[in-house]
Amino acid sequence: MDTATVETQPPRVRGEGERPPLPPLPPPPVVDLGFLKEVVEATAGVSRLEMCIQCGTCGGSCPSAADMDHTPRQLFAMVRAGLRDEVLRSNTPWFCVSCYHCVVRCPQGVHITDIMYTLKSMAIRAGYYKDATAPDFAKTFVYYVENYGRSFELGLATRFYLRHHPLRVPGIAPLGLDMLVKGRIDLTPRRIKHMDQLKAILARAAELEAAQ
Amino acid sequence: MKYLLYPGCSMERFSRPYKDSLLAICQHIGLELEEVDDWNCCGATEYIAVSLLPAYSLIARNLALAQQQASSGPDYHRAGDGRNSRGGAYTLIAPCSACYLNLSKTDHYMGESPILNEKVNQALAAGGLHYTPGTVEIRHLLDIIVNEIGLEAVRKAVVRPLTGLRVAPYYGCMTPRPDYKKRWSNPEYPTELDRLLKALGAEVVDFPLKTHCCGGHMTQISPPVAYELIRRLVHAAAQYGADLLATICPMCQLNLDVYQGEMNRYFDTTYRMPILFFTQLMGVAYGLELKALGLGQELVDARPALAKIGVEMPAAEAAPARRPRKKEGLPMPRMPGEEEMSHD
Repeated sequence: MDTATVETQPPRVRGEGERPPLPPLPPPPVVDLGFLKEVVEATAGVSRLEMCIQCGTCGGSCPSAADMDHTPRQLFAMVRAGLRDEVLRSNTPWFCVSCYHCVVRCPQGVHITDIMYTLKSMAIRAGYYKDATAPDFAKTFVYYVENYGRSFELGLATRFYLRHHPLRVPGIAPLGLDMLVKGRIDLTPRRIKHMDQLKAILARAAELEAAQ
Repeated sequence: MKYLLYPGCSMERFSRPYKDSLLAICQHIGLELEEVDDWNCCGATEYIAVSLLPAYSLIARNLALAQQQASSGPDYHRAGDGRNSRGGAYTLIAPCSACYLNLSKTDHYMGESPILNEKVNQALAAGGLHYTPGTVEIRHLLDIIVNEIGLEAVRKAVVRPLTGLRVAPYYGCMTPRPDYKKRWSNPEYPTELDRLLKALGAEVVDFPLKTHCCGGHMTQISPPVAYELIRRLVHAAAQYGADLLATICPMCQLNLDVYQGEMNRYFDTTYRMPILFFTQLMGVAYGLELKALGLGQELVDARPALAKIGVEMPAAEAAPARRPRKKEGLPMPRMPGEEEMSHD
């Protein structure tokens, strides 16, 4: 009975005849996907960054998300929107601890950690970062690898701490001394035998990368 | 049959106890190791952040050297040995999580991307080397011990079971994840180390944070972030009544052991959770001399935990205990954020 009454009533249209016709829609904004493409191409392997569906699983899985300027999800939206400067100035890639929690949980299989590495190297090349601590740590580490073929903790720590955390030196020095007493720190770096070979490889790789 | 070993920089010095204990237990479980000659650093998580192609070339040099060394001798372990021993990839053991991941990643991406493969090989050619992706199979030490040597062999060598010792198994991040070759039982909750420790007779804690992050390089870049991550792990292990925490990675051991004191000072806490390598615990269960296992080199003393199961270290062998810091010392400058965090 109820259904019959519904059918007999004419359909109600709200506000019919009261409103003037809508103006035509503006043309859709042109989004420049150039930066997205650049990031994808600079990442080794298949990054799948274009596949991001903005679900936020990455940020929810991230142990250092609370300290990041943008969560990984936000950062990827910014990459897609072409906000090059904002992305490269964000501290997000530098706060990535490479734990790969997001990578194994991402429903789209985006290689998030590798994209963070790409963004770090792009930021270093562009000279874009608010805080030089993290890039300098990476660069100091690389200095020892490029000159000795091995990492050298004492040199790395000394150079890095004096430059970036001079106030922490008195606090950290006893710790270093403890490590030294227990035989866990080398006083001099170890050099590999064929350093010239490694240097030739790295020089050639740097040339190839610059040519890209 | 020999396995190729890529020890990595950490094992040479700051996590020397890992290498010492590994070499000490080798003969007990029938594991024969040979180091890759003249290997170089894998770049950790730093080189790759500075430049990509040099980073992959740096890592690939090790793979090329391993390939060269293995193909020159007949008796190196190859994938599928025992079932079909012809033509499988040569096995390379990496005991450090960062090295394991970097080597696996380079091999994986060189196989996935022909452009990367070509460029890396062009760079290697400058040093007279070449690497074909897939010819070396990179595996973590724990994976080899559990899945190749087998838990039966591990159990057989035990002479001093760790009965009564409560151990929290800690894997860290980079070994079970991203796991390109699907070797681990689970990327977020693996059980390999749990089973190994059970085989040694230890009481294994079902540790919920077993694959959470130790802080990685954040101890250098932004210590408060790292201290919070370290606190979570140490706090959880203590809450579960663990006597000590067993790790499979030098970086995790460094962060949790060496920075535990700093973390305590930062949060005004008093945790004393010893952090040992799983190979050291294997050595203890095999009745080996503690000093040869590098015990006593950890900064958070493991002696009280081991004394619980009757394993005593002679006082002369052990390093002197660290003098505790006075609580009411001179006022030291603190960062604004530090003040709030330490008193809540």
